[in-house]
Amino acid sequence: MSQSQTSSGPILTTDGIPLKVSLKKAERINKIRAFLLVLPLLAFIVISFLVPIGDMLARSIDDRQINTVFPKTFEVYKKWDRQGLPSEEVYKTMFFELKNSEGYSVGKASTRMNYSKSGWKSLLKKSKRKFKKIEEGPFKDKMIAIDKKWGDPEYWLALGQMVDPTTMGYYLNAVDLKYDSSKNIVQQKENRRIYNKTWIKTFKVSVLVTLFCLLLGYPISYLLATLPMKYSNLLMICVLLPFWTSLLVRTVAWMVMLQQKGVFNNLMVMAGLIADENRWQLMYNQTAVVIVMTQILLPFMVLPLYSVMKTISPTYMRAALNLGASPLHAFYKIYMPNSIPGVSAGCLLVFILAIGYYITPELVGGKDGQMVGNWIAYHLKTTLNWGLCAALGAILLAVMTALYWAYNKIVGIENIKLG
Amino acid sequence: MRMSQKDSFVKFEKVDKSYDGEVLVVKDLNLDVPKGEFLTMLGPSGSGKTTVLMMLAGFETPTSGEIYLDGNPISSIPPNKRGIGMVFQNYALFPHMTVKENLAFPLEVRKMQKTEIDEKVGNALAMVELQDFGNRMPLQLSGGQQQRVALARSLVFEPRLVLMDEPLGALDKNLREQMQYEIKHIHEKIGITVVYVTHDQSEALTMSNRIAVFNDGKIQQISSPDVLYEKPNSSFVAQFIGENNQLRGKVKSINGEQCVITTDSGDDVHALKINVNNNGDGSLVSLRPERVAINSSENFENNFDAKVKELIYLGDHIRSRVEVCGNDQFIVKIPNSYKEANLKEGATVKLSWKASDSRALDLN
Repeated sequence: MSQSQTSSGPILTTDGIPLKVSLKKAERINKIRAFLLVLPLLAFIVISFLVPIGDMLARSIDDRQINTVFPKTFEVYKKWDRQGLPSEEVYKTMFFELKNSEGYSVGKASTRMNYSKSGWKSLLKKSKRKFKKIEEGPFKDKMIAIDKKWGDPEYWLALGQMVDPTTMGYYLNAVDLKYDSSKNIVQQKENRRIYNKTWIKTFKVSVLVTLFCLLLGYPISYLLATLPMKYSNLLMICVLLPFWTSLLVRTVAWMVMLQQKGVFNNLMVMAGLIADENRWQLMYNQTAVVIVMTQILLPFMVLPLYSVMKTISPTYMRAALNLGASPLHAFYKIYMPNSIPGVSAGCLLVFILAIGYYITPELVGGKDGQMVGNWIAYHLKTTLNWGLCAALGAILLAVMTALYWAYNKIVGIENIKLG
Repeated sequence: MRMSQKDSFVKFEKVDKSYDGEVLVVKDLNLDVPKGEFLTMLGPSGSGKTTVLMMLAGFETPTSGEIYLDGNPISSIPPNKRGIGMVFQNYALFPHMTVKENLAFPLEVRKMQKTEIDEKVGNALAMVELQDFGNRMPLQLSGGQQQRVALARSLVFEPRLVLMDEPLGALDKNLREQMQYEIKHIHEKIGITVVYVTHDQSEALTMSNRIAVFNDGKIQQISSPDVLYEKPNSSFVAQFIGENNQLRGKVKSINGEQCVITTDSGDDVHALKINVNNNGDGSLVSLRPERVAINSSENFENNFDAKVKELIYLGDHIRSRVEVCGNDQFIVKIPNSYKEANLKEGATVKLSWKASDSRALDLN
């Protein structure tokens, strides 16, 4: 009886404890140790990376600024049928909430209100000042007397966009759309459509930079991987040299090189290849961004390519030649397929770095070369529209994740080799 | 034409090779390989044998001299136009292609019809008994299977000549021996000319029609395996192939085919005169362990007392290290059936061997 039980039941250790339980116990201490070892880094990543990113993502849809400043107004506002002007009650609540609110929070709320209908900011500022003299109603008429805008249904309708605590408005703005006063999605006015163009430009620049990096990086990596060690080490230093120089210094050096009175143009004029009055415009445009970013991101292409090519045995090429393939055919059929993991790793790396690039377009891009990263910085520092920043950033993040996903589907992430 | 084409399918004529302009890796190589022969180039690493193979394959060019294939000089023909098959040391199977695609590669390059390719690939797989493995990737195969695929790939386009560069070096001992027979049988079956490079002498002895022993960029001796083993004509060859006892001494007298060597310990050893010329010349006498009789009653020219230093039991025979003629590394193989020997370490025994089994060679 007991014998049949041991053979059919769970396997036991010599002590009579089920083997799986015993194994888990034995491994638990290892797991705890491993966890403790990664804990500092984990905590650092959570605090400095995951929490801020989560916060930014939340900001991209957060729409509570006004609800906290004018909570009662919104309560009564919700009862309004959106025909004509709101009732006296709405005006009254708005009057007292504005009058009794702190200037700081009104400022924040008015900035948000201004996104849905420009004019709100100045209206609130002006009104808050004048409300001090008014003690009693009827508020509707008195407010309209202070500023005609209070009598404009457009302003009141625009408030409707902010009733919900969340909004897609920032995402719409990020792709040149917006809500109209009755919450339909419409295109931005012609002269305010800037983001779609910027997105296209960002992708174009990133694709071009990736392509040029590949074209320039592939041969040099091949050379590096096939040269004898003493030469390849020297060449490797040349490739890595830019890494040891400040990004800013390199970018400024390019400005010296490429500007209209710069080194490159001077040489061309001196060589008589272009006329003095027809100097090429190589700085402060997209061309400059592509040239400089290609140079800066090149090592990120060369390193993964090199590390993969280093592992491709030269006997593959010899074998292919021996079997009768011409050198070109052997390269195309044998060498290239084996270098694909490096190519895709390099391209993915360069593209992801390029698409979010900020400092180079900022310095050499001029008006024409601004990328999404620059708009994010602009809204972050100048207009303080953090919601829009967060939305732009979230879209970038989504694009990169999608790319990564597609890469994994097509090439397989286990094929990636970074070194 | 000094030789008929039949006798020299591959011909090296006064070939020198140097990589750096200072050291000759291959010196004045003259070699003829008849059609259908299995020739092995055997030698220690750095002896130049692989360089010779690479020159034949076209991956290295001779510094001077010329190589002929079927009567035509080939030094200026690129490797992909030579039509020579090759098995590489680590197989060099293309990792991103299946076994079938690997085998089809040389045929596709030659623009053959799809049906013809399928047929030839099928035949090649059948030859190495891997019919069921055609759709596997090379890395999913064992070492021995990869080796066979490499072999099949080198033969599938029916080359005139196949080169093998230590193809069995990465296999374990049992598999290596098995593959030696397989390669030998395939060679016998299709009658192709094979030039094989190895540093493993037993591999060379098993498979070859002829063996060229390389050392220091030169062929030391080229002959059939039995001649090479029985009649080495230099100390290097005697030492490199098989186990070998050496007695160092000086020539005392020369008498026709034979000579007498006085060893450093003062004993006179009778031996065949191979490459010693004058009295007083230094010489190494070479003697195979299995040709030494122990406590024998027969009357041989050489008879010496020896002291047993060490006995190693090896099952079928007992390997015994003895001290004789001043050499304490002298090995004698005693068959296990030879009970009467009944040796003890430290005992004194009588060793004897024929003068015709000992060869007076150069000092190296």
